[in-house]
Amino acid sequence: MLDPYKIREDFPILKRRINGNQLIYFDNAATSQKPRQVIDAVKDFYENHNANVHRAVHTLSLEASELYEDAHEEVVEFIHAKGIEEIVFVRGTTEAINLVAYAWGLRTLKKEDEVIVSLMEHHSNIVPWEIISRMTGNKIKYVEVNDDGTLNYESYERLVSKRTKMVCLSHVSNVTGIINDVKRITKFAHEHGALVLIDGAQSVPHLPVNVKDLDADFVVFSGHKMLGPTGIGVLYGKQEILEKMEPFQGGGEMIKEVSYDRKAKRCTVSWNVLPWKFEAGTPNVCGAIGLMAAMRYLKRIGMANVKSHEETLTKYAIPQMEGCCRKVRIYGTKDATIKCGIVPFGVDGLSSHDIALFLDNYGIMVRSGFHCAQPLHEIFKLSSSARASFYVYNTLEEIDRFTEVLKEIEQL
Amino acid sequence: MIKVEDYVARTEGTCGKEKDVIVIFKYDKKDEAIKKIMGKAAMKKSIGGIISELTYKSFSFRLYGSGKAIFRDLKDKEELNSLLLELLS
Repeated sequence: MLDPYKIREDFPILKRRINGNQLIYFDNAATSQKPRQVIDAVKDFYENHNANVHRAVHTLSLEASELYEDAHEEVVEFIHAKGIEEIVFVRGTTEAINLVAYAWGLRTLKKEDEVIVSLMEHHSNIVPWEIISRMTGNKIKYVEVNDDGTLNYESYERLVSKRTKMVCLSHVSNVTGIINDVKRITKFAHEHGALVLIDGAQSVPHLPVNVKDLDADFVVFSGHKMLGPTGIGVLYGKQEILEKMEPFQGGGEMIKEVSYDRKAKRCTVSWNVLPWKFEAGTPNVCGAIGLMAAMRYLKRIGMANVKSHEETLTKYAIPQMEGCCRKVRIYGTKDATIKCGIVPFGVDGLSSHDIALFLDNYGIMVRSGFHCAQPLHEIFKLSSSARASFYVYNTLEEIDRFTEVLKEIEQL
Repeated sequence: MIKVEDYVARTEGTCGKEKDVIVIFKYDKKDEAIKKIMGKAAMKKSIGGIISELTYKSFSFRLYGSGKAIFRDLKDKEELNSLLLELLS
């Protein structure tokens, strides 16, 4: 079991008061707070080890390189990959998806090919594929979502065909928290010869993820949603697929050699080995080290405990929210066992921004708007939604306070 | 002659179909801004003295004691600016 009260001691920001109230942070699906251990790792790097990585012989560079490679190793262990060849550091989930869309999609997809995404996706798993499709002419097909926000598996299975080259789906919806059966999705796609990209932005931070077991070809996620710094994220890709792909960006680090051919009057270039082939330019070394500290922190807690804690909070929150005020509506399924700790909601007669501002007045942080998932809001026939999302440091008492404040909203 | 920037720290367009605008008043000017706005606008409803639902001409908005306001159905930034200018003058 996880002790959120003990965990909270590691998070300096949770001691803050907002508008005279104790901060309650329920916007974890947007970004998580950072424990002292991550802050210290970042501080220690800049105070003691800062240097550019690789291809230098001085002490600081060797130390920085070692730490940076250790961070890759930490990710390997965290998601059960085969080796660091499969772990590419990027800015975040969005960049990881763009990397695959451009480096794989733009070079591979033809007019007759199809890419499958779902209507519950975050815009970052829709827009890159729409952009590529405008360049290559390939089709994009959208998997339907049921009224309760769950994925329509029949719709998915109807759409997959021999023309399908890539299936891109989120593991966990960033709006509803619903966990998709990505193992089933991957198996079905592979049976039809398609590759699979899983958006793990809302799953890797919240439940145990084993990439070998999922068998997906790509899994992408961000560090800042899992206690790490912003500006660092991960593209996991199967080694044999990454080997075949051409680089995404060119620059230092990603090349083996650049040699000027005087006869041809141009340079010949060859690529570095994986994962560096996809890490052009000076990487976010400090971000990677912060992410390593975050993963070590989560590993100590245990990802199964993280999942179970969020389920407890969600199970408690949903009836409390519905019971506190007649005007509160929960969107999507209320079954906490098939969800991570995300509860989208609304209050009759109020915009989601009214709700968020009202709660903010009492020091409670929730997000409002489309949450970068407009198509899903269109299915729910909503102009926007408010979203409470939980993490390891949230408590049942915070939910009590949240619903106590929500009760007062009835007066608006 | 007052300037809107003297009172407003930031405006934030919301995400969603509603296209509301959130106005965040400068911390050290928020009490003065709230007092001025309350003097001009008509009160529809107040909750605990910390949230006020107000109308001014054809505009309706909510003002929070924390120094934030949410404006609805505005055409553009210019309309927001002239409305704020009137309310804060």
